[in-house]
Amino acid sequence: MERINNLDTLIQMQKEFENIMEIRKSTVTNTERRELLICGGTGCVSSESLKLLENLKDEIKKHGLEDKVRASITGCFGFCEKGPIVKVFPEDVFYVGVTPGDAANIVSTHLVQGRKVERLLYEEPALKKKVDTQHEMEFYKKQKRIALRNCGLINPELIEEYIANRGYEALGRCLLEMTPKEVIHIIKTSGLRGRGGGGFPTGLKWEYASKMDSPIKYVVCNADEGDPGAFMDRSILEGDPHSIIEAMVITGYSIGSNKGFVYIRAEYPLAIKRLKNALKQAKQAGLLGQNIMGTGFNFDIDIKYGAGAFVCGEETALIHSIEGGRGEPTTKPPFPAEKGLWDKPTSVNNVETFANVPAIIINGASWYNKFGSDTSKGTKVFALAGKINNVGLVEVPMGISLREIIYDIGGGIKDGKEFKAVQTGGPSGGCITADQLDVKIDYESLYSIGSMMGSGGMIVIDEDNCIVDIAKFYLQFTVEESCGKCTPCRVGNKRLYEMLTKITEGKGTEEDLETLRTLAETIKLTSLCGLGQTAPNPVLSTMKYFHEEYLAHVRDKKCPAGVCQSLLRYTISEEKCIGCTKCARVCPVSCISGKVKEVHVIDQDLCIKCGACFDACPVNAISKG
Amino acid sequence: MMTRTLSQDLYDQLEGYIDSIEPTEAALIEVLHEAQHIFGYLPMEVQLFIGEKLHVPASKVFGVVSFYSYFTTEPKGKYVINICTGTACFVRNAESIVREFEKALNIKTGETTGNKKYTIDCLRCVGACGLAPVVMVNEDVYGKVTVDDVYKIIAKYTE
Amino acid sequence: MVNVNINGKMVQVSEDTTILEAAKLVNVKIPTLCHLDLHDIKMVNKAASCRVCVVEVEGRKTLAPSCATPVFDGMVVKTDTKKAVKARRTVMELLLSDHPKDCLICEKNTECELQALAAEMGLRHVKYEGEISEFPIDDSSFSIVRDMTKCIMCRRCETMCNEVQTVHVLSGLGRGFDTVVGTAFNLPMYETNCTFCGQCLAVCPTAALAEVNNVPKVWDAINNEKKYVVVQTAPAVRVALGEEFGMEPGTVVTGKMVAALRSIGFDKVFDTDFAADLTIMEEASEFVHRLKHGGKLPMLTSCCPGWVKFFEHQFNDMLDIPSSCKSPHEMFGSVAKSYLAEKMGIDPKQMVVVSVMPCVAKKYEAARPELGHGGTKDVDIVITTRELARMINEAGISFNHLEDEEFDNPLGESTGASVIFGATGGVIEAALRTAYEWLTEETLENVEFEALRGIEGTKEATISINGEDIHIAVTHGLGNARNLLERIRRGEAQYHAIEIMACPGGCIGGGGQPFHHGDLEILEKRIAGIYSEDRAKTIRKSHENPMIKKIYEEYLGEPYGKKAHELLHTYYVPRQKM
Repeated sequence: MERINNLDTLIQMQKEFENIMEIRKSTVTNTERRELLICGGTGCVSSESLKLLENLKDEIKKHGLEDKVRASITGCFGFCEKGPIVKVFPEDVFYVGVTPGDAANIVSTHLVQGRKVERLLYEEPALKKKVDTQHEMEFYKKQKRIALRNCGLINPELIEEYIANRGYEALGRCLLEMTPKEVIHIIKTSGLRGRGGGGFPTGLKWEYASKMDSPIKYVVCNADEGDPGAFMDRSILEGDPHSIIEAMVITGYSIGSNKGFVYIRAEYPLAIKRLKNALKQAKQAGLLGQNIMGTGFNFDIDIKYGAGAFVCGEETALIHSIEGGRGEPTTKPPFPAEKGLWDKPTSVNNVETFANVPAIIINGASWYNKFGSDTSKGTKVFALAGKINNVGLVEVPMGISLREIIYDIGGGIKDGKEFKAVQTGGPSGGCITADQLDVKIDYESLYSIGSMMGSGGMIVIDEDNCIVDIAKFYLQFTVEESCGKCTPCRVGNKRLYEMLTKITEGKGTEEDLETLRTLAETIKLTSLCGLGQTAPNPVLSTMKYFHEEYLAHVRDKKCPAGVCQSLLRYTISEEKCIGCTKCARVCPVSCISGKVKEVHVIDQDLCIKCGACFDACPVNAISKG
Repeated sequence: MMTRTLSQDLYDQLEGYIDSIEPTEAALIEVLHEAQHIFGYLPMEVQLFIGEKLHVPASKVFGVVSFYSYFTTEPKGKYVINICTGTACFVRNAESIVREFEKALNIKTGETTGNKKYTIDCLRCVGACGLAPVVMVNEDVYGKVTVDDVYKIIAKYTE
Repeated sequence: MVNVNINGKMVQVSEDTTILEAAKLVNVKIPTLCHLDLHDIKMVNKAASCRVCVVEVEGRKTLAPSCATPVFDGMVVKTDTKKAVKARRTVMELLLSDHPKDCLICEKNTECELQALAAEMGLRHVKYEGEISEFPIDDSSFSIVRDMTKCIMCRRCETMCNEVQTVHVLSGLGRGFDTVVGTAFNLPMYETNCTFCGQCLAVCPTAALAEVNNVPKVWDAINNEKKYVVVQTAPAVRVALGEEFGMEPGTVVTGKMVAALRSIGFDKVFDTDFAADLTIMEEASEFVHRLKHGGKLPMLTSCCPGWVKFFEHQFNDMLDIPSSCKSPHEMFGSVAKSYLAEKMGIDPKQMVVVSVMPCVAKKYEAARPELGHGGTKDVDIVITTRELARMINEAGISFNHLEDEEFDNPLGESTGASVIFGATGGVIEAALRTAYEWLTEETLENVEFEALRGIEGTKEATISINGEDIHIAVTHGLGNARNLLERIRRGEAQYHAIEIMACPGGCIGGGGQPFHHGDLEILEKRIAGIYSEDRAKTIRKSHENPMIKKIYEEYLGEPYGKKAHELLHTYYVPRQKM
């Protein structure tokens, strides 16, 4: 690719690819040309979407359609539950659960005969009706895609397609038409806040860094998405890597930095591959490196790899990790904007935050800040997972209610089970109950109900999940992931975990609950970094909203969800037992007695609660609870 | 001086990589990644070699290796079975999958079978939450795994 | 300058002041544990990891660690609110919940900072219980015992070892509850680069790091009828031992110390100072020899075993520049088991030489295989100043009421030159007092080389001898030594002679001295004690020591001669750098 040395060349390039974009954006429908986009995100790739693409290309060739039909990969459509996804433009047809074997059918039926492949269309469960197009799907109706604007629209491996959708135009406008101060002003007035969890105003962060008097400054992209169950940053890097590069260069220009680092999890091989490819392309096009767009501005980006440490999502820990050390956080102040990487002023921003930047520059601050709530502007990407029908990635305006996300977009709870809670903010967040489903989501409201935005993980929990067990799960995570530096986190969280274990084993007392609460509060107050300060949140919020369930564990020695093994009690119903002896034969500790064709009995003192009898009973005579 | 027992070829590969980058302390983690890629694990002799080449004290190299869960100082089996225990998988019963693999292979998580064939590990979220619970065997991904699938998966890797 | 309100008291301080420092100015006491600020030797441990110093700051959601939080204008700090006090207590309880409760028989009993703080907070109960960390005890070395079950992760040892001493033996290892400070690959200390300087244990608040206890060995020797047990005491011991008995730091207790040692039951009580004079005779001769015969320069002193092991690991390409002289106590042992044994008709194999040293590296040094003759070691047992204090207490001696006594002879006579070995710059100053006179054949009137004295990291002086400028450098602390040696290696620095001591301040700041608990004024007072002892001596030049003259006449022959080489010099071995 040639170097792009001015804005005109860039705009010219946009035009060259206009014909592709027209079809993909369905602005031109009266055409024989077709665009097929196949999801190339990690989830769909795991389900053989690349093989599917190959087959589609073969079929297209076989039918001699190469001139009219193009098939290529794109970034995550977000509807991961039903992957792999194939989308046909301009008619906006959305095929789900497509296998490599379906390629021939799609080509012959849809592309040749012009009929939709009915069986691959998505069926709206509530309506029991197939949906023809993407925009009719409930999953997408309430979404507003800004950060994910290119995912599902362009091929992330081609810089031309990024440029076609106004990519690098924002950079050009910044470098050629704006002063750094003006750029910062736009970001400040847009109301964009850190999407990594903290919610710190991005423009303010840049402003601090820009004011530091230092010849060397750094821009760091935090792509160490550690919250288990959150995958928006990965999807953006896989589906739209150029947007991150563009935003980082803009940040560099704004704060006066010539060097950036992307700190990315080593567990994201595909994202790394796409990012590397994008960096190479951007360099060749003169949009990265020396003399960017002929303006004399230089900016370079290196990739640094995480190595499996959740705490490295904390910015000071991340900085120490880039420096080659243990990811141990250090106290703030001094903040990285003042003294960061190698003690130089450093702006650390998260992937999703960056992804918003070019869109804001192009469309303006007032366009952006009309989305969202009073204090939280724009949109937020959530990774919806757990016991929900539509697992996937959704981008919604701030201020939307949880109910809308879970029921309208997420399609409700899996298998018709009862909604119990949703955990937002991952190991740092808290549970939100059915009563709070109408809370409008923004940074402040989530905080006020004991949770937090976090990176945007949203895990739905149903009646089959024990809330104490969930709290214990998160604590186990933070105990393992604690860097071990400060006392409250190293020892305190361990003690919380031990107390929760005691409770799930039926050894807890009501007094323990009080100790648990006060210790959790002290850990929040005294820990060194964000990990420790938020680690007790899952305990505190579940204790607050599910007090009865905790009480059941400590007072009645019962686990209402039937999850905590030690608290289970298996009993054989006198009415239902047929005396087949199967249960007695599988019992590993021989604690079931009874003669053939007579009612069997379990000796509760000997029972180890393994559940073998429960599984073996042919007539469901054994109950647990 | 500590003698090296691992293949010189592998050391040459690693040295080639280190010589291709700026050998500073800041490169430590990426060099460790590369070394683990080459050797399969990071035994003491490799860590000492890296320390020497990057002029980083061995204590620091080991401090870093022991901090990050991605790094291992023990060789792994031919097939590394990684069960995702991220939240999405956890609430969809990943624990029982872990237990089933442990039972089937008669080893604990983090251990390797005596014949060096299988290692069971847990990992935190591969980001394929739509497929929860997820199991990876080396590079292969299995989604929506049930307890019954465990034996079928193992059966595919008997070579 | 900014204005800060602490518990209602206003204070004006500069912007880089921490809350803790500001609070001190208005007499507000905030408990601390991991914090350690040894400004003079550039060691500031700002891990802020223990969290026992947290306080409330208006407008801040979490509590602030006062040791690491800088003040700002208009800051309102409250240290004594219920919230802050309760949080600090909880943090202490958490620390104690993962700490052994064997205080009564712990190495650090009454010296432990964790114990002191628990007492200060009036803790009578630990609410939290659970798993207690378990780690194997590392007693592989001759000097240092590591019991990481007692570690509270203050990271002081790590800061000291890596940043001040640049030995880089210690690092945080693992993570989560199992995080601990340890060595590369969890190797035993003896297999690492450790120099055994003992500065780690000098700053350890608990007994996670402690010296190897040799007191029982000394009692065994004393109680063994067949053994002839002689003891020698290093110069720095006499200005610090008094601290263990409540005296002012720097109080010179030479006479009482001699009386106590005699009372403990040593057969002879000698002075390492005598051997220090001997060292000067040899070292000054070697220096004059190198100077006159185009030998390798600079010449580096070799009295300090920590420093010796440091260069064997870190500068193993430069093993020809240190002096070949043994350290003074080794010279003493060598002479005691030859000259003295012969003179007194004692079988050297039945003689036990005990050294009382301010140093834990000397324990390791005594075990070096090359430091001995015919199957006997030059020095058999080394105890530290602290261990001697324990023996005095064990023996029921009322130290403060002892009448002064004199050292035994012939190995008890010493000069002012030897006393100053205990402070940084002392060895080179002592050597100059002799070398100057030998080279110029003139009397040196002013024996005090002020430029070489004091706590500053690296000191330099140029002395004109016979019209030639002799460049001298003095450094202490291994980090400073590393910088200097690297400059020399790169050819950026030219010196004739350099004195290097591993411990900040020299031997008076040794790892075996009474704990300074962060008060570095103590070191300055000890140094003052050393120089006052020097000034009190009538003879202040080593070569004028009559007993020294006698030993050369009777036994050793020429300084730096054949016999001297055999008994008083040694060699170095290259060691692995990890």
